Amino acid sequence: MERYVYMDYAATTPVKKEVLEEMMPYFTEKYGNPSSIYRIGRESRAAIDEARERVAKIIEAKPKEIYFTSGGSESDNWAIKGVAFANRDKGNHIITSKIEHHAVLHACEYLEKHGFEVTYLDVDEYGIVDLEQLKNAITDKTILITIMFANNEIGTIQPIQEIGKIAREKGVYFHTDAVQAIGNVEIDVNKLNIDLLSMSAHKFYGPKGVGVLYIREGVKIHPYIHGGAQEKNRRAGTENVAGIVGLAKALELAYENLEEHNKKLVYLRDKLIKEVTNKIDYVRVNGHPEKRLPGNVNFSIEFVEGEALLLSLDMMGIAASSGSACTSGSLDPSHVLLAIGLPHEIAHGSLRFTLGDFNTEEDVDYVVESLVKIVERLREMSPLYENVKEGK
Amino acid sequence: MYSEKVMDHFMNPRNVGEIEDADGVGQVGNPKCGDIMKIYLKIEDGIIVDVKFKTFGCGSAIASSSMATELIKGKSIEEAVKLTNKAVAEALDGLPPVKMHCSVLAEQAIKAALLDYAKKNNVTIEGLEDFNPDEDPHEH
Repeated sequence: MERYVYMDYAATTPVKKEVLEEMMPYFTEKYGNPSSIYRIGRESRAAIDEARERVAKIIEAKPKEIYFTSGGSESDNWAIKGVAFANRDKGNHIITSKIEHHAVLHACEYLEKHGFEVTYLDVDEYGIVDLEQLKNAITDKTILITIMFANNEIGTIQPIQEIGKIAREKGVYFHTDAVQAIGNVEIDVNKLNIDLLSMSAHKFYGPKGVGVLYIREGVKIHPYIHGGAQEKNRRAGTENVAGIVGLAKALELAYENLEEHNKKLVYLRDKLIKEVTNKIDYVRVNGHPEKRLPGNVNFSIEFVEGEALLLSLDMMGIAASSGSACTSGSLDPSHVLLAIGLPHEIAHGSLRFTLGDFNTEEDVDYVVESLVKIVERLREMSPLYENVKEGK
Repeated sequence: MYSEKVMDHFMNPRNVGEIEDADGVGQVGNPKCGDIMKIYLKIEDGIIVDVKFKTFGCGSAIASSSMATELIKGKSIEEAVKLTNKAVAEALDGLPPVKMHCSVLAEQAIKAALLDYAKKNNVTIEGLEDFNPDEDPHEH
């Protein structure tokens, strides 16, 4: 393999060197259990407290509102189930959208089996939720609105501030899955009226297996993992000290470099979109033209199938992803692509590239050049393309 | 996830294309499910002298088409009609369980092309009596 180009940063990111360096001592020398009273235990405790302050500062929260978890899925599950069960006396209605991550959707489906009612809001062709529909969906039984900050597949960024305002005015808690947005967008939980927020370190150059749930002071929520006094009795389990330290460092780095990161990724993203749409016909770009994550590119390439594209790209050393059914093991293509109104046959040909800090302009050139060849080869084989060429 | 043979037949598929004056053409699948296979047969004296395919679908759909065409090339109609999806999958050193329907599609595409030949030539082919080319392998 002559080249390797990783363009799947929305799936995960490599740990940055500076992050790993800060984590290392907590595996070997500073291995104490933070709940122990002797010196190395106290050192671990101090590292966690410090990390909590560092994280809080970046999203304008209080340190006591930061809870460390095992990652985005746990944070989403905790936020949704924890708020639902703690506020059952007030109501049983939850509002979310059709394009959420499965950690949110499946948690909501679980709650539906336990007496809760869930409204799944539609999105427009760009993947943006309808604020009027949201307002109309709120009843006196509504206890939680959970809408993702930015979509993992198509990169669309939601009007979070407006959603937060609506929730606040109606006295409903607002949770946002910010797993994809963190490190790409400025987040001030007060300005945006966010009550609960999920994040995951491995999406912003930190380690896997560690995340945060921000819980605004005063929010009624049940614990999700029982069994110890950690995280103020709200999340049991010996803390992932090295991971927590890594998360804090990665988050700091992301926000120190935010402007530069965004400028570079937007440039590479727009170049990739422009060149692919210029060089390949019958391609559509999914998601919003401007309100999208800096590194997200999502194409639908007609008359070819997504998994065949991914395998071919992999053979050329390029890592990407697809919302095709064949990559998910189910028969239906991505729920996000269907929600923005794509017909099945076009959703099957979806291809996502997510750029990150280690991509270069040469990477983009190589991807474009490779993709042109791959699409040509697959369309040559496709009976659907033959019909189009013949004008059928 | 895929065997080397699947990858080989995906990257270097045999018998891709069309036959202008084909004696039998069969198409199965639908774009909604993400796979369509079209098979062209050239038949002389009951022998499949040439076969080509076009497929819209995932890696295993393309590999299954390629392997299926290889397995019937030069064979008699009687042999071709007996080709099973299992034989296609085995020849590819196996397919992941969720991809078995791709081999079913390949078997059906060949049967559909044979049925087309039978209809055009007003002959009956033993083994095709109960074959329904519109049956969706996804529902198996």
